[in-house]
Amino acid sequence: MKPKSQRLIILFFFISLLSLSTFLVLKSLEDNIVYFYSPTDINKKILSNNIDLSKKIRIGGLVKENSILKEGKKISFKIHDGIDEILVTYNGILPDLFREKQGIVALGKIENKNFSAIEILAKHDENYMPKEVSDMLKKNGKWKGK
Amino acid sequence: MINYLANPNRFLNFIKPIEFSLGFLSFLFIFIGLYLSLFNSPEDYQQGDTVRIMYIHVPFAWFASFLYFSISIASIFFLIWKHPFADIIARSIAPLGLIFSILTILTGSLWGKPMWGAWWVWDARLTSMLILCIFYFAYIGISNAFPRKIDGSKPAAILAIVGMINLPIIKFSVDWWNTLHQPASIIRFDGPSINQEMLIPLVLMLLGFLFMSIFVILINIKTNLIFKKYQSELIKIG
Repeated sequence: MKPKSQRLIILFFFISLLSLSTFLVLKSLEDNIVYFYSPTDINKKILSNNIDLSKKIRIGGLVKENSILKEGKKISFKIHDGIDEILVTYNGILPDLFREKQGIVALGKIENKNFSAIEILAKHDENYMPKEVSDMLKKNGKWKGK
Repeated sequence: MINYLANPNRFLNFIKPIEFSLGFLSFLFIFIGLYLSLFNSPEDYQQGDTVRIMYIHVPFAWFASFLYFSISIASIFFLIWKHPFADIIARSIAPLGLIFSILTILTGSLWGKPMWGAWWVWDARLTSMLILCIFYFAYIGISNAFPRKIDGSKPAAILAIVGMINLPIIKFSVDWWNTLHQPASIIRFDGPSINQEMLIPLVLMLLGFLFMSIFVILINIKTNLIFKKYQSELIKIG
């Protein structure tokens, strides 16, 4: 075999093995790579007791409509992912984008099946459009998002 | 064509006439693109004026990844066909890619604070982009680590190929895992989810960055070739 094709084969195997090992590492670390869990994930974890309640975790989902309750600086609201929902309580500054139907990510701990957050981040989605367009879509009833 | 241009002298002759037009095109596209994105494009319905950071953040991010891809392709050519010119091309791309990856993170950070409420989060997209930036540092470091520059070429090329695994991770991180970073807006199955009035300045900026990257890399290649020639002349003279 020519040394050139030998090098080609070695490199091919090198890249394949490297991809495979990277895939296995990422697959096994999946639970740690995700930035947040959905309410469904959380409820599944609570049911199967597969969660350390003393550890801080992040949960994410959409803020449920008509679920925001404000009492002074304290706020509570529900977030959902279309299947499950979880009640979040928070005491602090909310990001500007916080509102109903907005995707948010909260950091905190689970206390009696509710989530007590110490930090809330807004999640922006992939839709970019001018205000006039979004107003028009809302007027025509074609609005799907927030 | 590739074989023909792989000769440094022919390559230098080939780029001489197109160099100026590349520089001119990059200036033109970036100038118009910046004007449109900063002054003549609509505010976003959610982000307001902050959306304008996107017009430079996205080109930085795309070309940081794309230039790394080019480095690894050049490195594969260097390792298999042992062509020294492939090594020079890879070395000439690296500094620009490093700058792009740093600026991706900086501009993203400036956008993240007002929108998310955080400068930095350890989600999969941001972390894989940071890893790309570190790979650029490592590549430049290793390729220049030896007294005889050429001794660093092989280890650096292997490193570049290892880092190539990171590229699909960057691209698909937002689909594979829950991330705070938003999913893709332009390259997606159901077409771009970005309004046309905002897409046009972005596409102009992307074209401008393409021409600018080629322009800067050609100058780097030229410099590296001249430097190499100079060194071999020195050796000849003794």
